[in-house]
Amino acid sequence: MKNLNPKIFDKDIEKSSTRKGYGEGLLEAGRKNKNVVALCADLTHSTYTHFFADEFPERFIQVGVAEQNLATVGSGMATMGKIPFISSYAMFSPGRNWEQIRTTIAFNNVNVKIVGSHAGVSVGSDGGTHQAIEDIALMRVIPRMIVLSPCDAIEAKKATIEASKIKGPVYLRLARNDTPIITTEKTPFEIGKAQTVFEPKSKLQIGIIATGPLLYGAIISAKELDEKGIGVKVLNLATIKPLDEKAIISLAKETKGIVTVEDHQKIGGMGSAVAELLSQKYPTKIEFIGVDNKFGQSGTPEELLKLYGLDTNSIKKAVKNLLK
Amino acid sequence: MNLDDKKIKELEKTANDIRISIIESLVEASSGHTAGSLGMADIFTALYFHILKHNPKKPDWKDRDYLILSNGHICPVLYATMAHSGYFPKKDLMTLRKLGSSLQGHPHKEWLKGLETSSGPLGCGLSQAVGMALASRIDEGNSTDRFFYCLMSDGELQEGNTWEGIMLAGKEKISNLIAIVDRNNIQIEGTTEDVMPLEPLDEKFHSFNWHVIEIDGHNFESIVNAVNEAKVITEKPIVIIAYTVPGKGVKEFERDYHWHGKAPTKEQGKRAIKELKSKIK
Repeated sequence: MKNLNPKIFDKDIEKSSTRKGYGEGLLEAGRKNKNVVALCADLTHSTYTHFFADEFPERFIQVGVAEQNLATVGSGMATMGKIPFISSYAMFSPGRNWEQIRTTIAFNNVNVKIVGSHAGVSVGSDGGTHQAIEDIALMRVIPRMIVLSPCDAIEAKKATIEASKIKGPVYLRLARNDTPIITTEKTPFEIGKAQTVFEPKSKLQIGIIATGPLLYGAIISAKELDEKGIGVKVLNLATIKPLDEKAIISLAKETKGIVTVEDHQKIGGMGSAVAELLSQKYPTKIEFIGVDNKFGQSGTPEELLKLYGLDTNSIKKAVKNLLK
Repeated sequence: MNLDDKKIKELEKTANDIRISIIESLVEASSGHTAGSLGMADIFTALYFHILKHNPKKPDWKDRDYLILSNGHICPVLYATMAHSGYFPKKDLMTLRKLGSSLQGHPHKEWLKGLETSSGPLGCGLSQAVGMALASRIDEGNSTDRFFYCLMSDGELQEGNTWEGIMLAGKEKISNLIAIVDRNNIQIEGTTEDVMPLEPLDEKFHSFNWHVIEIDGHNFESIVNAVNEAKVITEKPIVIIAYTVPGKGVKEFERDYHWHGKAPTKEQGKRAIKELKSKIK
């Protein structure tokens, strides 16, 4: 596909993690703007915040294992004109410190970027306590909050840099594992804009809207279905809030139904956001790929994606269900 | 910075006027928090009329000191003090808690110029003050020209977030941070020592590497002296534990935790104002 990694369908496609892309983006944002500061709650290496902390120790605050403090100290720094990136695991930030984020960051309307790594069951062996699958719901319900969920390391880097340029609260959702590099440095990225990443050769029938690294599985599913004569277009929804209403409605109009794909609870996630929009503006049949009101558990990412119905077989089945 | 007798008299009169405004606005609103607001009137008066570097006509003056009210529920005293010092007309105090008013039931900084933060949910103000001080340190170094005053309740010391902030301030040795704890011993459901004991409070702060000063929160000389002492401490954040009487100034309300979260009726308000007016001749 145009603008995507030319090796996207190769077996040896290179991999990296969105959290690492964030680390690189934060460093670059920090080099460009001296007001960028970083705070971390004892997970500096796990969130790749150390790239920034090593180069700008005077602009890095280690708050210890204290996520409520992470959010509130970040809020105070933003009040003074800084652009704080506060990072931890998504389970703890925005999981543990939701009210602090709501009141001291969003209600106050200060310029804090909340970075939650290790989102999704794809975290793997750490188990259900560490797999944040409620964070999209928690963040998108807060007024003013922009919610970003990049699909690969390169997009995560761009999302980080773009987040540093806009004023106001942003949630950036990241994943732990190395996943295929889907985009390239040249792939356009704009907050609030969805992007078509796969167009079928066969007659278009179904649309897939995917967010985060599961976008890769969505593209693979679409290609395999295309080869069997089922035309599926895939949209990368890297910005969950605000929704790119135009792109979603136009996809709904040109297809017989939509499949949403996310490593998150079905309740309250990206699929819910799409359904809220389409039910009002263009009622459309939707199949939701997501975790079905359950907690995660230990296992390899592949095992868990299969078990929770987030793998390519599940996506293909959902497409076929819409065609029944 | 020291006070002479004339200035003390002046501050006492202002604090009494502020207490009257607090009662008037609470009666008009028919809800709100009486005890803490009256109890902190002397400290607010000392800050806005003697201690703070601020400009009511230019609330965003860049060289100002920062006052962060963490226990936002005592905003009637904040609003009354701001009105008396010229941030906005005193008549606006009668809009407290009403639709469209800049005086929201708990402070929202987008509604009123001169507020550094929005507050109400307890235990979050100190950490924001710590963040502000840390940000200012990045830009200005260890400035002794700018102070961050965080006003807190004793009840909110039961919040874990507060202690996370206390720990970080101790670690970072933020010596231009002055926390003032309203030690009035009450909270919604009773005395602090019944609901969740805080003592020995001074030792708790000491053990987190803070400099601790304890004062009578109704004595202007003590308040000003404590701040003077705080300003010369280096290498440590400072807490002033101010012992206050909840409901101070109105016998009917004093030391009774039931007045934590309710407003006087019209009749109670009349009696309270009469009592307050009789104090200053």
